[in-house]
Parts: sequence; C-alpha cells; structure tokens
Amino acid sequence: MGPLLEIRDLHVEYKTHDGTVYAVNGVDLSLGRGETLGLVGETGAGKTTTALSILRLLPDRIGQIRSGKILLDGADITAMSEPQMREIRGNRVSMIFQDPMTSLNPILPVGRQIEEALLLHTQLSKEDRAKRVDEMLTAVGLQASRKDEYPHQFSGGMKQRIVIAIALACNPELLLADEPTTALDVTIQAQVLQMMNELKKQFDTSMLLITHDLGVVAQTCDKVAIMYGGHIVESGTVQDIYEAREHHPYTTGLFRSIPEMNRDSDRLAPIPGLMPDPMLRQEGCSFHDRCPHCMERCRREKPDSRAVSPTHSIACFRHERKDR
Amino acid sequence: MKKTAGNAPKRRGQFASICYRFSRNRMAMLGLAVFLAVVFFAATAPMFADYEADAVKQNVYAKFFSPGQERHILGTDMYGRDLFARIIFGARLSLLISLSTVGASLVLGCLIGSLCAYYGGWLDTVTMRIVDIFLALPMTLMAVTVVAALGTSTTNLIISLTISMVPPFVRIVRSAVLQVKGSDYIEAAVAYGSRDMRIILTHVLPNAIGPIIVQATLNLASVLLSVAALGFIGLGVPSPQPEWGTMLAESKAQMRYYPWQVIIPGAAIAVTVLSINLIGDGLRDALDPKLKNG
Amino acid sequence: MDVRDQPLLQTKGLTKYFRTSRGLLHAVDHVDLEIQAKKTLGVVGESGCGKSTLGRTILRLIEPTEGSVLYGGEDIAGCSAARMREMRRKMQIIFQDPYASLDPRKTVKELIADPLKVYKTPKSRRDELVGQMMETVGLAERFAQAYPHELDGGRRQRIGIARALVLQPEFIVCDEPVSALDVSIQAQILNLLMDLQESHGLTYLFITHDLSVVRHISDEIMVMYLGVVVERAPSKELFASPMHPYTKELIRAIPIPDLNPEHRLVNSLRGEVSDPIEPPASCRFAPRCNYCTEACLSSQPALQDMGNGHFVACALHGA
Repeated sequence: MGPLLEIRDLHVEYKTHDGTVYAVNGVDLSLGRGETLGLVGETGAGKTTTALSILRLLPDRIGQIRSGKILLDGADITAMSEPQMREIRGNRVSMIFQDPMTSLNPILPVGRQIEEALLLHTQLSKEDRAKRVDEMLTAVGLQASRKDEYPHQFSGGMKQRIVIAIALACNPELLLADEPTTALDVTIQAQVLQMMNELKKQFDTSMLLITHDLGVVAQTCDKVAIMYGGHIVESGTVQDIYEAREHHPYTTGLFRSIPEMNRDSDRLAPIPGLMPDPMLRQEGCSFHDRCPHCMERCRREKPDSRAVSPTHSIACFRHERKDR
Repeated sequence: MKKTAGNAPKRRGQFASICYRFSRNRMAMLGLAVFLAVVFFAATAPMFADYEADAVKQNVYAKFFSPGQERHILGTDMYGRDLFARIIFGARLSLLISLSTVGASLVLGCLIGSLCAYYGGWLDTVTMRIVDIFLALPMTLMAVTVVAALGTSTTNLIISLTISMVPPFVRIVRSAVLQVKGSDYIEAAVAYGSRDMRIILTHVLPNAIGPIIVQATLNLASVLLSVAALGFIGLGVPSPQPEWGTMLAESKAQMRYYPWQVIIPGAAIAVTVLSINLIGDGLRDALDPKLKNG
Repeated sequence: MDVRDQPLLQTKGLTKYFRTSRGLLHAVDHVDLEIQAKKTLGVVGESGCGKSTLGRTILRLIEPTEGSVLYGGEDIAGCSAARMREMRRKMQIIFQDPYASLDPRKTVKELIADPLKVYKTPKSRRDELVGQMMETVGLAERFAQAYPHELDGGRRQRIGIARALVLQPEFIVCDEPVSALDVSIQAQILNLLMDLQESHGLTYLFITHDLSVVRHISDEIMVMYLGVVVERAPSKELFASPMHPYTKELIRAIPIPDLNPEHRLVNSLRGEVSDPIEPPASCRFAPRCNYCTEACLSSQPALQDMGNGHFVACALHGA
C-alpha cells in the first residue's frame, strides 16, 4: 500500500497587484497512514500554502497550483473537479486553523456546528448524529451537555477542542493542523497536544502538523520536514532531525536560535539576515545569503534533496558526496 | 503583501508621494480635470457671457430654444435666457454653497466627532443623543426651519445647510475615530507624552480619513439637491439669480416637452458631483501609503 | 544583600480593577515589586493574568485603582498630568505587535522622530538623533522613508525599539516584544535588547508568556496568576527550585525541542484559568491545584520570604 498523501514537486504562486509571489517552489512530501508529519518553518516559508493546496482552498484567482501532483491515496487532487473536492473536504481530509476564535460560527450552537459536518458527509439518522455529537464532545474532553451553548461561552482552549471535534467528526483519513496550539497558553497547549496525541491513536488519523515550534514537533510527530523559502530543505524521522549529526545549515540555525530552557547561555545565536523575498526568483540555494557555509556553487545552482540515510534527506551541496 | 529587503522604497517626501500616488490614479485625474474645467468656466464666466443681458434679462421672443439654435449653444429657458450663461454663472453660486457647506460641516463634524469618540463618557453620550434627534428630522425640513428663522440669503442658506449636515458627519467621524482610538500606536503616543489634541490631529484623524472623505464627497451632491428643494419652496437662492438646483426645480414642469431644460442643469450637477467623487476616492487612496508604493 | 540600594522602580499595593457589567474584574491585585536600576524583572503568566495591565498601569497608560508607583522614590501614580508628561521621557514601552503599534501613515523616520517632536527638539538635532537611533537598532538608512507595512516583523520591531529609545529613557516596559516574531528573528531582537541594556544602562520590565525567553533575559522573575504574584525569585533560582505549584506546572508545560523521554509532556494541570470577575476569597490557583487543601480555600496567601530573594505565595510553603 502506498502512502496516504504524496506531494510531488508542488509549485504554487500567488498573483498579486505587486507581482507574482512564489510561495511554494517544488515541495516533495509523503505521509503514511497513522503517521504524523511535522512541517516546520517560519512565516512565509510556504507551510500554510502547502496545506491549503491539499484542500484546494487557495484564494480564488490569486493563488494557483502551477505544477506538481498531490496524491491522496493515489488519486491526484490537482486534477479533481470541485464537486469531487467537496466530497474530500471535511470528510476524508479536514483542517484545523490557528485561531479558534474565528474558525467557529458565533451564532450557531457548537453542537450544531459539529452536526453540520455529519449532515454533509454521512447518511446518519438524526438520533445517530446527536449521539455522534455527544461522543465527539466527550472525546475532546468537554461535557456533552454543553452542546447547546454558543462559542463565546467557551474559553480559547475549549474552542480549539470544539474545532478539533468538528474536524474529526467524519473520521477523516488526514488531518491538516495549521499551528493548532499557537494561540493557546502553554498549560492549555500541553493539554490540547496531549489530547491530540490520544485522539490520533483512537481515530487512526494521519496528521500534517504545521508549526514553527520545534518543541511541539518533538512532542507529537513521527516525521519532520523543515521548510524554507518554499522548499523542503531537510526531512526525516524525528530521530533524524533531533539526534542525527548531519543537518541542513538552516535546521542547525533554527535549533540554535531557540532560547534553551535547560541551559544558561547569555547570548542567542540568531540566523543573520532575513527570509528571501518570495517575489524574487532566486538563483541558487534559497538559504545561501544567510548560510555560514555558502560556497560559490550555492549561489548558482539549486541543491537537490539527497538521502544521507534511508529516512533522512538534506538539500544541501555539503551533503552531496554521501550519495555516491 | 509585504515587501522585504532588497527593493528599498524610492525616496520621496510625503506630500510628493501623495501627489505621485494621486497622479497615478487615472479616474481621479479625470475627475480633477473635469472639476477644474467647471471651476474655470465659473471663474471666467463674464468672458463668455454678460450676466445682466444673457443670464438674467428675460426675452419673450427666445423662449425654449433648442441647443444650438441662434447662437445659444445650450438653448434658452422658458423666459428666453441663455442656458449656457445661466449654467456658468450658476456654477459660481452652486459651487460656493456646496463647497462651503461641506467644508464647514466637515470641520465641525471632525471636531465634535473626534472629541466625542476620543474622550467618551458623558460628553459622548449627550452629544450623540442630540445628534440622534437631529438625524431623526429630514435634512431639508431642518434647513427650511433655519432659513425661515434667519431669513432668505445665501449666507443663511449655507448656515442652515451646514447645521443640518453636521450630525451625519459627527456619526461617521466618531465611528471612524473609535476604530483608530484603540490602536497600540495611539497608546504609544500617549506613552511618549503627546498631548491629546496632538494625538487627535496627527495620529487619529489621518488614520480615520478614508470614510470621512467619502462621506464628504457624497454630501456635495445632496447639498446641491437640497438647495434646489429649498428653491422650489421659495427659500433657496432668490430668483432670478442662476443656481443649478433652482434651475432644475424651475424647469421640472416643462420636462415633458422641453427635456433639455432639465437635462442641462441635471447634467451639470451630475458631472460635477461625479468628478468630486472621483477626486475623493483618489484622495482617500493617495493618502493611504498601504495602497500602492509611491 | 543586607543593604539594598533604592530601587529605580517600586510598586506598593498596585491594583487595577475594571468595572464590567458582571462586577469588578480584578486585573491586577495588590502587586508589590521593585526593580533595581539596570536590571531586568521578567513578568510571566498566561493570558488574562494581568501582566500587560500591570505594565500599562505602571506607565499610567491605565490609571491605577489603588496603590502607588514609586519611580526613583517619587510617587507617579498620583502626580499631575504635567509632571507625568515629564516623567514619560524616562519611561517607555515596547509593544507586542510591531505592526499595530506603528502609525501606518508615517514613515520610519517620522515614527522615530515623533517623540522628539513632542518635546520640541529642533529639526536638525532631530534628524541627527533619528539617524543615530536607526544605526543603534540596526536599521539601514535606506529605510528612512519606508512605511512600516513595507517592512518585515523584525524590522518593524526595531522601529518600535528605536522610538522607545530616542528620548533616552532609563526604564522600558517590554510587553511581549518578541512574541509575534519568528524564532530566528526573535533571537536577533532579544540580543539587541540585551546589548542596548548594556550600552544604554536600561532597566527593563519584561512581560512575556514565554518562560524560555524570560529565563534568558531576566535577572529576576515574577510569576503572575489571575492578577496576583504567586512567586518571585532570581532567574536561576526560580528554574532550579520552583516552589509554587503553578510555576512548576508552567515550567513543565513547555515543549522542549529534544527527544529525551524525561521531557515528554505530562499534563497534570487540570482545567483552565478561572473567571477574573469578582474572584472568590480562596487562593486564586486553588481550583486547578493538585495540592489544594482546606487551608487554601480561606484566603489568598501573601508572598512569603523563603530566603535567597525567593518569595512565594502558597500555603504549602507557609512559615
């Protein structure tokens, strides 16, 4: 059986007033059943664009998939019709957004909002739907009796739980979670992350977790892909990323710039400079102007992703020789 | 979309960049050109026609000429007066009344509205209730009452229209200012010791200007029409002075047989209002540095 | 540590209640703190704990309900508006959102010059100072005429820092200055803030929800929960031996970026922050606390000195 989700050489552009934004420039990803993949990167790296492409939810007319394939269970999403996509969204693939405050409809009771997904995608009877709503609320740690309350009666953490309940109501094969805990307080984040870990097992859902927080990734993911400037610069299992010795210079920089909890150091080691402008098509490696190891070749050619071990690959010329 | 490193913005003073952004807006430039043309004709009216002979003096032999007939390029009205002359002389009064009314109510509205929004409390509550009462009365009725009380003259007309126009401005300004007031940058300005008046003038109003300008340009049109309505009941511009709104009102009766009588002043009003709307839109966009890099 | 110098800033019983339709919201409840000159006091807590209100009340951007703020010994909570305006030159604030805190219609140069205009600095001197400031915070001169929306988050925050610094203040409230930034940029700004403290002799009140950031920059840390201070200790001491159950949970809840099984998240903190409106007389943390006893329900414990500059407000550590 092939992977559940496979993305091959995806390119996504946004046409804006000021010009074309090259948001995703050749992303390859693969996610197996039951796996959780952490997609890590900073603002503008193209993480969210990648996720939106999977659901084909890019802003109308502005955002478009230029080339590449997105295979869900072998079927190419990029070639599907809009009715086919509607069958997939919220049913086989659902998404959780960062801000729980704006992703719930303020004038509908939360129970209704969970039921909505069931109504669209299942043939369940009214009684069965009500039962399922209760089940879902219990699963995310809320009292089923609160289903008739409105979103504003819940705190931020609870709202995100409700959003998760909606996303999981139809038992999706794939859950796209875009910074699901970023807007939450740490203690609440810990609760929600733990709950998500349990639900994932319970519902046997694969998850693409988008985050900028390497701590969150370490707690939840099986595989990690580090994204920079619209490319995946490094990917592998969590062990590969957190414990292997070889890394892409950006990964190294990212780890170094986190203030460490269990070590006292006076100065941080930030990555110098800024993200490349996504409006400009860059020659060479997207990281070259911030890279401490930049070579002549990095300015001219784009490095391909090379496997340094069966699970671990890095897109950097410094690791190329391992290939042969 | 934000722009990052690399393309440092061109250096230009703030005023110059506003002008630049405005000049890049084709519709706004068209509006400006039309408006300047109207102003040009109004200012140079005596070069094209004689006020007494063409615009005021009645001529029973030349009633209801069609445009172009006997050297009257826009024809004549029911008293045989040259319409072109009346339009260009009328422009003077119409522009004077509408611009000064809107100008005065803009200043008053901004002042009252921003003070109410900025300070809140009882000042806001009391003022807004008064505004609500004014808004409940039709604008024309308000103006009628004031003109009737003060007597008929152009100045009193402007005063009465201003009074009736301030309340909606106060509402618009207040809501625009309320939105800006909560911003962190206002708090930052307080934190470095700016006085309230300075904050309102340099930070609050410039950021609330968009909806205010739109409202101001829309109001120009309603002023012109209110003048006409007042003229119709004899409280507007006294006859035989030419004024667009009054001309429109006077000729309504002949619309069926002599449509030009209505179309010509109507078009003058429409074209002027449209040009001012375009200028207003362009100005709003030009004042906002977020739209297009200048 | 017998004779302490007079602190640069001190609050005594500083309190802010907001009136709401459901009753009084206890945002900041009798907070005592002191900061020595050229030191950093970190204030940590989750949303709704009153940390931002505390910062703003100290600067009198919000008028305190009760209590005093002593700046260099002078009570500014009760001084006249004119005196306060003078004091504002010495006390500045850096905001969390580097976009919302910059007037979108002003260029970088105008933004940084604005505080100087308020104090009527002559134009030539203004230009000179703005140039210097931009250099100090690492903004290239070519951005002088740029608008904030044309710049990225890191640069915008540098503008915010330059604006706070241009009046040459002594004391700066940093209200989550790096929370909205990406990690790699966050590190740049934190380093800049530390360098500036060194070179300009600044005193910081550093407000954040992020313990790892606060650990990095603070000399002393204060943990707040629902408007009250639950623990205060020198930075190293707090992380080495946290005493209050809430502090312990807060430290434990941070996801650590490594695969050490000891760092797996164990979630033992129940529930969420309770309602700050008319809170009950009990310890504020009692409803979520795993060690809650009968004694905790009677009153909110006061801060107790545990030695080594470590203070904790918890019945478990009573005298």
